[in-house]
Amino acid sequence: MNRYMKKPIVALAAGIVALSASLASAVEIEYWQYTYGSRVKAIDALIETFEAANPGITVKHTNFPYADYRKKVAIAVSAGDGPDVVQLYYGWLNDYRDSGLLQPLSKEAFPHASIESEFFPMVSTMKVDGDYWGLPTAVRALALFYNKDLFAAAGLSGAPETLDQMVEYAKKLTKKDSGGNYEVVGYATDGGAGQEHHFMREVLTRLFGGAPYSDDGTKVTYNDAAGAKALKYLTDFQMTHKTGASGFMNRGQDAFKAGKAGMVLDGSFRINTFKKVEELNFGIAELPGHEGNRYNFASYWINGISSKAEGEKLAAANKFLQHITNDAAMQLWLDTVGELPAKPAIALTDENQAHPYFGPFIRGLGYATATAFKSEKPQRQAIIDAIDMVTLQGVSPSDALNKVAKDEQEVLDDYYDN
Amino acid sequence: MFVSFWNKLSINQKLAITAWLFLAVPIAFYVTIRFYPTFEAFYVSTLKWNLLGAKKYIGLRNYEKIFADEDFWLVLLNTFKYAGVGVPISLFLAFIIAYFLNEINRWHDFIRALYFIPFLTTAVAMAWVWKWFYQPMPIGYINYFLTSVGIPAQPFLKSVHQGLYAIMAPAVWAGLGFQVIIFIAGIRAIPQSYYEAAEIDGAGRWQILREITLPSLKPTVIFLTVVSTIGFLRIFDQVYSMTTNGSGGPLNTTKPLVLMIYEFAFDEFKLGRAAALTVILFVILLVISMFQLWLMRKKP
Repeated sequence: MNRYMKKPIVALAAGIVALSASLASAVEIEYWQYTYGSRVKAIDALIETFEAANPGITVKHTNFPYADYRKKVAIAVSAGDGPDVVQLYYGWLNDYRDSGLLQPLSKEAFPHASIESEFFPMVSTMKVDGDYWGLPTAVRALALFYNKDLFAAAGLSGAPETLDQMVEYAKKLTKKDSGGNYEVVGYATDGGAGQEHHFMREVLTRLFGGAPYSDDGTKVTYNDAAGAKALKYLTDFQMTHKTGASGFMNRGQDAFKAGKAGMVLDGSFRINTFKKVEELNFGIAELPGHEGNRYNFASYWINGISSKAEGEKLAAANKFLQHITNDAAMQLWLDTVGELPAKPAIALTDENQAHPYFGPFIRGLGYATATAFKSEKPQRQAIIDAIDMVTLQGVSPSDALNKVAKDEQEVLDDYYDN
Repeated sequence: MFVSFWNKLSINQKLAITAWLFLAVPIAFYVTIRFYPTFEAFYVSTLKWNLLGAKKYIGLRNYEKIFADEDFWLVLLNTFKYAGVGVPISLFLAFIIAYFLNEINRWHDFIRALYFIPFLTTAVAMAWVWKWFYQPMPIGYINYFLTSVGIPAQPFLKSVHQGLYAIMAPAVWAGLGFQVIIFIAGIRAIPQSYYEAAEIDGAGRWQILREITLPSLKPTVIFLTVVSTIGFLRIFDQVYSMTTNGSGGPLNTTKPLVLMIYEFAFDEFKLGRAAALTVILFVILLVISMFQLWLMRKKP
């Protein structure tokens, strides 16, 4: 071998060694979520700390609008493409699972005993057929947002504590013009859209002594006297008390943002939206109770591992999922996004419980239920339809519930048929 | 070998082969992009399939479920309401506008352009603007106007009776420009000599309209009826954009067939059921198109 050949060969050999070393350790996994400013920021921050702690693994973060989210995930994964770790609404779990989009979490990386002892009990909804299918970073509950200026003007000093008080306050807050049109609504109802169908299903039905579903989740049970009372209570705001109409200022949250609503129901994720409105002086209170009881609805987005992740990617995906559901991630999520930590140990600190904004939500988590949705959209539509029947067609609450309970029962039967 | 084969062909045969070669491209395109999916839809309509899992053959169960679903019949009725009410209204308005627009010379082009602009506008953007027009007080323009002249505010999109017509209005408005243009073209294609002869015979304006203009416009009317019927039967964007959660509410009273197909396919991932509904829509559109061909074949 002559001297001109030696050097390049050594260089080449060194190059090959370096390349194969980096090939062996470089794993890229994809993370998908929907576009929501603060969520994107939070995940970017978590990816940064993750990549620093795990050299050789990179995470590609993709996000797109909520409206297309489910469709894109379904279509991408079915084409063998798409995310390794994916964020999804807990209510969609069954749709995703039945479609083979997700794989169960490994019992080694995510021991059931520690999930069950560390996370809020509602996370147990994610255990299906003996496996967990996803874990949340954060959970959300509902609370009552109230406009302090409007309350002061109506001579009210604090948020209503009971359902009866809520009606009484709503009446005092409502203002109409000479033609009977609303100028300010006491309680901004959404006719069941937004978060209100949850309020009807998990809060009002229980407050009036009923339950939305049978214990095993196979039967719709809100079509009884308690459910009828609950539906009557909710629709009476529009029908009898005339303290607001669905569609006023478009949505309840819009009316509240514009300072044209005394009270509105919403989740903790709305805090940041309302905080941005400078002129809005609002307070947050726990949902009103009834006869000494309180109930709340909790929901969450989970992170699952898609069925396409295998081998090295699966190992990396497991690590990443552990990273974004650990204690530090939860505190970061609360600070950045405003959603509540999914573990009581992090959520229920004295500081968080006393927080003027997060406090009412966190206290609400203690008595919250997460509906085990089988197919979220038609189930949501059932409650919206019941409210429309009462408010638009004058159907009695019990007849309306009987009708939609039948529709929703079909959704449940369809699921259990599979 | 190919060359010798080619040389043996007559000029006509060569022409035919060349023509078919050129036609092969669009034919291949249509077969793969249009016809194949259409036939695939027939097949999928006999399956229980959620887009990802296993496909299960269930025969005509999807159709049975659809026909047993009372919502389907409501949705079908809605769909025919959109067409049955929307088409006559839009044709009537378009003809009136075209008739008078044809009489004026001043600013004719400008006014015609004004009518045409909505046709060029994105349906979704327009639907959102109209959605805001329909809002209750204090932000809805239409209700603001109504109450200022002493008429009580109307619920519009929030009503089971008014919702469908409130959604139909912008659809009619958007289609008007196109129909006006076609009507004007049709009116101008009528030979001037007919009118001259009628005038000499002493026919009045009304008589001329009834005896000459309208009968001569029959092909135009048939064409527009079929095109806009198909358009209204496939209405989607307006309903999806103007109703809460895009659900065709309240209580399904504004939901058209295409929206129901969309919901089955992409909200509930019941692809088989959605395909079966598509086949039903296909048959409806086919019958209407055949009816058009039959009408066109008859001499006026």
